Amino acid sequence: MSARYRFVIFISLLLVSFYIRANNNYPENTKGDSLNKNKNEATHEEDFNAGKMIIEHVLDSHEWHVMTIGDKPISLYLPVILYDNGKLNFFSSSKFQHGHSAYNGFKIEEKGKNKGKIVKTIGDTLETDTTAALPLDLSITKLTLSLFVSIFLLIIIFTSIARRYKKNPNSAPKGLQSMMEYLIIFIRDDVAKSSIGKNYEKYTPYLLSLFFFIFINNLLGLIPFFPGGANLTGNIAVTMILALFTFFITQFLGKKNYWKHIFNTPGVPWYMKFPIPIMPVIELIGLITKPFVLMVRLFANITAGHIIVLGFVSLILILGKISLGLGYGISVISVPLSIFMTFIELLVAFIQAYVFTLLTAFYFSAAVEEAHH
Amino acid sequence: MTTLLSVLLDASVYKPFATAAAALAPSFAVIGAAYGIGIIGKGAVESISRQPEAAGDIRASMIVTAAFIEGVTFFAIVVSLLILFL
Repeated sequence: MSARYRFVIFISLLLVSFYIRANNNYPENTKGDSLNKNKNEATHEEDFNAGKMIIEHVLDSHEWHVMTIGDKPISLYLPVILYDNGKLNFFSSSKFQHGHSAYNGFKIEEKGKNKGKIVKTIGDTLETDTTAALPLDLSITKLTLSLFVSIFLLIIIFTSIARRYKKNPNSAPKGLQSMMEYLIIFIRDDVAKSSIGKNYEKYTPYLLSLFFFIFINNLLGLIPFFPGGANLTGNIAVTMILALFTFFITQFLGKKNYWKHIFNTPGVPWYMKFPIPIMPVIELIGLITKPFVLMVRLFANITAGHIIVLGFVSLILILGKISLGLGYGISVISVPLSIFMTFIELLVAFIQAYVFTLLTAFYFSAAVEEAHH
Repeated sequence: MTTLLSVLLDASVYKPFATAAAALAPSFAVIGAAYGIGIIGKGAVESISRQPEAAGDIRASMIVTAAFIEGVTFFAIVVSLLILFL
């Protein structure tokens, strides 16, 4: 690795290490103690709650739990950035102490319709100020940090491959280049060229970026330790943005033929279009549902896969609570099942990235296709 | 003293029924999906046996079509998750 990459990695690790700290027991005299949870939560002897653990692993949060050594959890406390009435608040999420205390007039809401979000409090207490609007939450959460990690990874991989292609363009590929070249050619030929046809080169940058972004993020979500393990493509906001990109690019690329097919579909009798425009309405609904389906398909596949693997693992812990022998016994079945499910998840990671890219290519080709008589 | 109407209007009484429905709903969706993917598998295997040279193309189409059907099945799961958690 060149000196420049080593330097960048060293600086990033240095910055990250400032945020990792072991979480000691909470001090007993926090402000607004009346709403404090019972002592059971402060130590780590609480019962294993499978549903809570699974939901925590699948959702976003303001800290990243890296590991638990013995009794102490080691977490990365990510910065909370709030924009509230013109004032920018910047502090570490360790000040929230897992919802036990408020800081600077903000706290994480525990119940009600704003559960999990940061709300303003009345003065110095832990009561929620229900009349105030929520502050604009621009924090670096677990998913944002995972997004930065995957962007970093993608930039390193692809700039190094591109540099190799530029330096010796006609030599045989080796190393990372040969691994990625198969996928790049696969997307270029079987997805872009076969769907779009003539001038497919215009669309390959976006299709390749989309495919590798989804694929690398799906794979990172399967790695159980830091910096993988954040469920980025399983978050519906992220997949919604990807589907919105596809939607807007398709509309911008739309030629006259494309709009003609939507509003004045050839071959459909006139009474479906004229007094009551049934056909255009159907086509417009189809226009909206196609990216919507893309969004839900990716989100549900990835999240369901994570939940299933976590469910098999928590089966061991649940039965182990009943009796130790039962826990050991079920682990003989549960561990191979988890490994099997993880292999299926690897396949699903690739297939979902491929299907998303393939459908995007189909929509592009429908948008730019010329009328054929 | 609560009347029958006020009990019926109190939606949270139906929470257990909603939870039961949300637990049963994906099973019906999965029945349809499994049947559909089985038909795809049958068609794919028969066509490979008729023309083994096209096995690569047929296998790719089979996997893609199965992914589409699974995508539709996940709608049912998402709806039941919405019932359970919203």
